[in-house]
Amino acid sequence: MGWFKRLKDGIQTATRNKKEAPEGLWYMCSNCKETSTMKELKENFYKCPHCNYHVRIGSYDYFDLIFDGNYEELYEELVSRDFMNFTDLKPYTERLEEAWKKTGLGDAISVAKGKVNRRPLVIAAMDFKFIGGSMGSVVGEKIARAIDHCLENRIPLMVISKSGGARMMESAFSLMQMAKTSAKLTQLARAGIPYFSFLTDPTTGGVTASFAMLGDINFAEPGCLIGFAGPRVIKETIKRDLPEGFQTAEFLLEHGFLDFIVDRKDLKETVSDLLYFFDSN
Amino acid sequence: MVFLDFEQPLESLYEQLEKIQQVGEEGDVDVSEMVRELDNKIRNKRKEIYSNLTGWQKVQLSRHPERPYTLYYISQMCRKFTELHGDRCLRDDKAIVGGLGSLDGQTVMIIGHQKGVNTKMRQYRNFGMANPEGYRKALRLMKMAERFGFPVVTLIDTPGASPGLEAEEHGQAEAIARNLFEMAQLRVPIVCVVIGEGASGGAIGIGLGDRVYMLEYTWYSVISPESCSSILWRSWDFKEQAAEALKLTADHMFEFGLIDGIIREPVGGAHSAPEEMAKLLKRQIKKAISEVQDMTPDERIEARINKYASMGVFDVRPSEVEGKE
Repeated sequence: MGWFKRLKDGIQTATRNKKEAPEGLWYMCSNCKETSTMKELKENFYKCPHCNYHVRIGSYDYFDLIFDGNYEELYEELVSRDFMNFTDLKPYTERLEEAWKKTGLGDAISVAKGKVNRRPLVIAAMDFKFIGGSMGSVVGEKIARAIDHCLENRIPLMVISKSGGARMMESAFSLMQMAKTSAKLTQLARAGIPYFSFLTDPTTGGVTASFAMLGDINFAEPGCLIGFAGPRVIKETIKRDLPEGFQTAEFLLEHGFLDFIVDRKDLKETVSDLLYFFDSN
Repeated sequence: MVFLDFEQPLESLYEQLEKIQQVGEEGDVDVSEMVRELDNKIRNKRKEIYSNLTGWQKVQLSRHPERPYTLYYISQMCRKFTELHGDRCLRDDKAIVGGLGSLDGQTVMIIGHQKGVNTKMRQYRNFGMANPEGYRKALRLMKMAERFGFPVVTLIDTPGASPGLEAEEHGQAEAIARNLFEMAQLRVPIVCVVIGEGASGGAIGIGLGDRVYMLEYTWYSVISPESCSSILWRSWDFKEQAAEALKLTADHMFEFGLIDGIIREPVGGAHSAPEEMAKLLKRQIKKAISEVQDMTPDERIEARINKYASMGVFDVRPSEVEGKE
């Protein structure tokens, strides 16, 4: 029995007072709170060595995990523009500047072409740390161009989704990216080129309601959040707690919206197998 | 009559008018001159108010409780209409209606969000917030239209797709995504009109077409001003600012090239002259169908995909090093 009783639950420290631990040495799992070294974590495919929690990783990490060594990045010259002069508490231009500086990324998606066990593949992978992986014009355009590239060269496409949804600061333009990416995917389907949609934590909103759900194969990482409306919005709407495991990958598999779930350590082999199946014709 | 907050000056004028008319009925005083004067005043005031509407005021108008909804427009535009129900899978969603209609002899498949006209019906229609079954019913009807060569007309009026346990279980996201995918390659003409609220995925889930129009006092956005305010401003109190920032009016959408045209509403909004509004809507729908009907299906699909593929604004960085530093 402890001497002290915790009176208030949850985190009490304001975000601005949060102390950042130096990165690069230790990792504390946000799921089981166990610590491991970054080295251990990396060797374990960025999964917690204690509870197998799949830590959120970035587009380049996935490229390294899936491609055979080298890959060529495509369309990195495309960047967002504050076309609408959008200002909420902060101007959009400022948010973009911050995101570029903080992440070193061009936008919330990166496209690369490489080989997986010697078979060519184009991967478009999203980054959550770039404004919540939100979909604006650049995300839509990069996916559209990746599709064009796949059509021209008859290469399969894989999209790794990781997004909070639409980028509000691009308003209707971000909404239209749903139509744009879905419309472009019909060209891929018509040409008989396979499209693999890989959903990771989190995949919600307009991304789920467009290209993420449209794969010839839809598959996901274990435990990841996948949904249309965010859990908080649903909770506020129905005014009661959500059932356990609601909107997880396992929930979606059970309800018939995923083909399978894959552990990150088996990801490359799985993708390689898919490429093999679709390549034999 | 329901007056919105910015219509208050009108309300007091109407009150005056009523009083004068009463006096006229009761006594022998000739009030016709005063009535005429007040009528004029009301007309001018209304014009004045309606020529300077803010984004938020247009949002309010799009939600006006007396505003006509899909089934009203259908009843006005089509001499014959047969409603078709159900997604052939789970149930019949009441927030999306659809069926076969005749537009001056031309059979069309008309599909639209439907809101209720009173409290009971608003609940019955789930406030125009469709579940996956609604989007799947819409898709079933569109595929039927494709088989028989009927143009598809969709009328959009939703505060968003329904957020709830069942909606997620039944794949709200998949249903909307599937509609976008199938509408992009549907072989018959598709004409879409935002007749009220055009909120996010719930709206575009039946909103991908060869021609897309908005009525003058409607809005189309990735998120409602209220939700946008709560997320970006972290408070519900900034809906007016959010409405401005989102640039969600028909004028903005047309200026951005994201819609093909604006259908002007009678002064005072669609609800003040619903029959006239229905005529204007019908005329534009017929015109739009005739514009795209002569293309071959392949040409039409290509043009449709290219239209959406061109939507987006971004910069191209001259070199990687420059931007990232």
